[in-house]
Parts: sequence; structure tokens; C-alpha cells
Amino acid sequence: MIRLQNIHKSYITGTNKLHVLKGIDLHIKEGELVSIMGSSGSGKSTLLNILGLLDNHDEGVYILNNQEIKSMSETKAAKLRNNLLGFVFQSFNLISFKNAMENVALPLYYQKVARKKRNKMALDYLDKMGLKDWAEHMPNELSGGQKQRVAIARSMITQPKIILADEPTGALDSKTSIEVMDLLKEINQSGITVIIVTHENDIAHMTDRIINLKDGRIESIIENNKINSKETIRVPQE
Amino acid sequence: MFDLDKWQEITTALKKNKLRTILTGLGVMFGILILVTLLGIGRGFQNNIQSSLGNFATNSTVFWVERTTKPYKGLPRNRFYQFTNEDLVAIKQSVPELKNIAPEINGWSGNATNNTFRKDKKGNFRIKGTSPEMNMVNPVDITAGRFINENDLRENRKVITIGPRVKELMFDKDEDPIGQYLKVNGIYLKIVGTIKPLSQNMGNRDDIIQLPYTTLQRMYNRGDKFYSFLATAKVGESVEELQNSIFDILARRHSIHPDDKQAIGNFNIAKLFNKIFGLFNSIGFLFWVIGFGVLLTGIIGVSNIMHVVVKERTKELGIKRAIGASPREVVGQIINESVFLTTFAGFWGLVLGVLIVEGIGKMTEGSPNPQILNPYVDINVAFIALGVLVFFGVLAGLLPAQRAIRIKPVDALRYE
Ligand SMILES: Nc1ncnc2c1ncn2[C@@H]1O[C@H](COP(=O)(O)OP(=O)(O)OP(=O)(O)O)[C@@H](O)[C@H]1O
Ligand SMILES: [Mg+2]
Repeated sequence: MIRLQNIHKSYITGTNKLHVLKGIDLHIKEGELVSIMGSSGSGKSTLLNILGLLDNHDEGVYILNNQEIKSMSETKAAKLRNNLLGFVFQSFNLISFKNAMENVALPLYYQKVARKKRNKMALDYLDKMGLKDWAEHMPNELSGGQKQRVAIARSMITQPKIILADEPTGALDSKTSIEVMDLLKEINQSGITVIIVTHENDIAHMTDRIINLKDGRIESIIENNKINSKETIRVPQE
Repeated sequence: MFDLDKWQEITTALKKNKLRTILTGLGVMFGILILVTLLGIGRGFQNNIQSSLGNFATNSTVFWVERTTKPYKGLPRNRFYQFTNEDLVAIKQSVPELKNIAPEINGWSGNATNNTFRKDKKGNFRIKGTSPEMNMVNPVDITAGRFINENDLRENRKVITIGPRVKELMFDKDEDPIGQYLKVNGIYLKIVGTIKPLSQNMGNRDDIIQLPYTTLQRMYNRGDKFYSFLATAKVGESVEELQNSIFDILARRHSIHPDDKQAIGNFNIAKLFNKIFGLFNSIGFLFWVIGFGVLLTGIIGVSNIMHVVVKERTKELGIKRAIGASPREVVGQIINESVFLTTFAGFWGLVLGVLIVEGIGKMTEGSPNPQILNPYVDINVAFIALGVLVFFGVLAGLLPAQRAIRIKPVDALRYE
């Protein structure tokens, strides 16, 4: 599903050049549930943004769904994001002047799905998230957990192949975090590839694989047993 | 086609900051309002001037007799002469660029205060000689009956047309003046028509009595002589050449030295008219410039606001792009908003402007000496203004929209 070879990324701020990703090699298979860990500033979000076509890489090869991503036009990238990818953000990123249902339905608007149909689908997804009664509520009337579930419903509605979540539980308490993780796991079990950036160990341990980033490189990859009983540590070969 | 989704996108975004939307809209609204009002008023000025000219033939000239200033053919200087009816025939025959020629002869109203009597009624009116050709040069409206015709002229008939004031003073309200007689300076004259001057300023007034100039010449023992006449050039012919040709003929017929220009007074009315029209065209142009300037500031306001709006909504646009909005859709949305705002505000400005111009028209309608007459908003101007608004609405949205999509989605999402 996702294949990265020697991905480099630098940020240029003024005269300084900050080398954030220093050669990432990674293969994520379809249907995997993967977490990316690492200390603050290690490049987790940068990597996820590149995977999500929100940012471009400077060097290396990125193959997404058998398609090489290389200086792609924004129009094409937008289409890929819309059809193939779903995003869940730490700060939810709901549109404040649209209600829950409209927020969930919005990706379908860009697929030219008729209003009635997409609102009905949005209601179905909100129902799955246990939020049917909150459909007409504006984001500022929802709790953090509810907002994140709306965001997850929005990421799901186009039936993407991959869901990218940047610290989805970062703004939630531990109980709500577990609920959100359960949802993401459920989504993963339906066959969707899920990639979660986190720095909470217990969240990471709920995933199949933990990719540890350090200073722009993959330090280690930890394979969790599917039922989380055993852990195997594998250091990537040079 | 009407797209409810697009519509809602536009209105929710604009509703988000009502005050700002309204203030921006007001800028455009006043712009178009001022443009439309100025143009309407300008039109009113022009109508007023045109109406005070009363359809007077613009390509015309007037001639009058003066004394000679040079001796010629044994005749002394300072000699007095008069135009004759034969002069008219001669000029008509040999000046091809001439369209109409008409002598101007006024009746003597006597020393008495009243010159016109009928039964117990009396009045003092202006008595003017006229001809069918005079009515081409300086026309009046015929409100009933007929105008003086060629037969009246040839046979010196004692027929007249009267202005509204004459009818009012000499007849009861329910009386029909046509066919009735008025005693003018002791002579009974038959009314064949009633007329209404198109303007009070060009020699014809409401208290006028017109009769064939030949009849007038007889009544006052003027023979076939007169002191002044009007002439018009055919369309496309120069009035100056007409003046020269007429001068030559008159000089020859009255033994005036060919260089004695002062002996025959004449004035090029066309030149004066052109000056007046030129002035009003420049005023009209000035109004356009001012109105357009105000409109432009309104539109620049929209562009500025769209800039701020787009900047403020960077994050929202980033979210939309992350979930699949293409650059075209982002740009389209911003332009839709901007066009909607400008045209909506502009439309109301147009409506208000038309109402104001009509209000001014109503207010000045009854007044005896209006500076502004029948101001109105040209429908073409209205459409041009709306077209300009849509065009600038697009432009006002395009620049900020381009900026919005130039930044990467990731940077837009990170924007606070
Ligand atoms: N747009 C940018 N311009 C300049 N520098 C940036 C930009 N985005 C990220 N960086 C820098 O790149 C480095 C990696 O950032 P990144 O957001 O990927 O870290 P992270 O691993 O997600 O950290 P955190 O756990 O705090 O979210 C940081 O040092 C950050 O300051
Ligand atoms: Mg991060």
C-alpha cells in the first residue's frame, strides 16, 4: 500500500536549513494498523504529512497504492486525498460554522454526491459513532471525544483505503482515548490501513507495528503480536 | 444552474461576519448608486438644455440688415437697405446647400396696451410672421387645426395660429377657437390652428399669434420687405459655406461691396450649439469618471476584504483541501463569494439610484424653471454597470484566491 525509499525532507527557514527526515525506508501493507512514535521534533508529523500528500518530499521515492508520487499537481493530489485517504487530527479540524452532519458530509461534496444522499450517509456514519443525536450540533457544542468521533466519521465517509491520524488522542483523556482507539481498530478490522502518530506507549501498543523515529531516521520497528501478548523487536538492516 | 450547495457555501461564509459583509457591500452599493445618480442627473441637465432649445434647427444661421460701410458702384457708404421677398427666391435658386429659409417679421403691437380684441375680451400678444419653412427652422407643436401653409402665404390669407396663452385669455374654457376670428390691430383674422411652443426661450412664446408673413407685410405696409431671416443648411453641409453663398448673393443684389462684411449682419447658430453640446458632453464624461471612481473604490474595498477573509480562513481552506477540495473549487468558492457580494450590493445600489433619480424627476417635474428635466437611468448604463461589477467581482476574488492555493495544504492547516 505504502512504500518509502530514502525519503528526505528539509525545511528552510530564512538562512537555516533544517534536515528533518534523513532517509526513511518503510513499507506498510494494506490492512495494517501502524503507529509512529518518537520524541517531539523527531519528524513524525512531517512524515505523516508527506504520506498524506499534504506536503511534498525533497528526495526519495514514495509509492502510494502502486502510484509514484512525484511533483504532482495540486488538483491530482486533492483527488487522491479525497478518494484514497482520510485524516484525523489532534485538534479535530472540524469546520466551525457547519454542524456535525455537514462536517461529515463535506468530503462527499467534493465528489459531487447529491446533498440528500450525502447527508443520509453522514447520518449513518454518525450513528455508527454513537452520535446520531448530535448530528445537528455545531462543533463548539461537542466534547473533545465527540469532536474526534465526528472527525473519524468524516475521514471514513469516502471509504478510503488509508486513514492517517496525527495524535488523534492527544487532546483527550485516557478513557476517551481508549474509546477512540477502539474505533480506529474497528475501522482497521474492516480492512482499512490505519497509521497513527502518537507518543503514548499504551496507544502504540494497541497497534500491529510501532515505528520509532529518532532524529529523522527510523530507529527501530517493533512488531506487536496481534493479540498483544508477545513483542518482537526488529532493527532494520542497513 | 442554481446549485443549492454552492449557494449555501456562499451565504454561510458571508453570514459568518455580517458586519464586515454589510460594510463592504455598502461600499459597492454607494459606488453604483452615485454612478447611476450622477448619470441620471447629467441626463436631466442635457434634457433641460435640449428642451430649452425647443428643437430649433441646430445647423442654422441668422442674417439681419446693417448699414453699408464702403461706397460701391457710385453708392455712398452708411446706406440703409432692406431684404426683399425676391431675395428669398434668388437664394433658394442658387444655393444648393440651403435647406430652409424663413424671414423673421414681427408685428407692431401699437402703442395701446391691448392689440387683440374679441367680444368683451382683449389682450396684448406678440404678433409674428411665419411660414411653413419657419416651422422647420424653429418649430412649434400644432395642438389643433393646422399650421400656416403655402397657399396662405401666396394669397396673403388673413389666417392665424395662436399660442395657449392667447386661447386662454380670448376664449372661454369650453370654446373651440378654430374657425373663430380675432381682431388684431383692427383687422379680423381667422384662427386655423392652435399651437404650443416647444420652448419659451427661442422666440416663440405662449402668448404668440402667428400669421403668414406676406399677410403681415400687407397689414403693416411693409411692402415685400423685411430686416432679418433664418436659414438652415442641409444635413452634412457646412453652415459657414452657406453663410458665404448667401452673403455673395445678397451683396450682389443690394449693390454692397463684396468685402463689406459688416453691411450684412449674420451669426452662425450652429457654432453656438456645438459649444453648448460640447460642454454638456464634457460634464457627462466627468460624471462618468467620478461615478466610476467611486465604484472602483468600492470594488477595491471588496478585494481588500476578500484578502482578509481568505487569510482568516486559511485554516478552513486547508481543512477543505485536506479532505479533497481541488484548487479550482477553492478558487471558485472565493470568487463566488466576491461576485455574489459585489452584484448583490451593486444591484441594490442600482435600484436605489434609479429610485433617487426618479425622485429628483418627480420633484422637478412641476417646477416652472427646472434645472433638471426628465432625468432617467439609461437601461444600457445599468447593464454595463452590472457587467462591470461582475467582472470586478471576479477580479476582486481572484487575487486572494490565487494566494490561498499557492500555500501548501500542510501550511494552511498549521495556520492559526
Ligand atoms: N513548516 C515548517 N517549517 C520549518 N520547520 C518545520 C516545519 N514543520 C516542522 N518543522 C520542524 O521540523 C521538525 C520536525 O517537526 P514535526 O512536526 O515533524 O515533529 P513531530 O515529530 O511531529 O513533533 P511533535 O511530537 O512535537 O508533534 C521540528 O524541529 C519542527 O520545528
Ligand atoms: Mg507532530
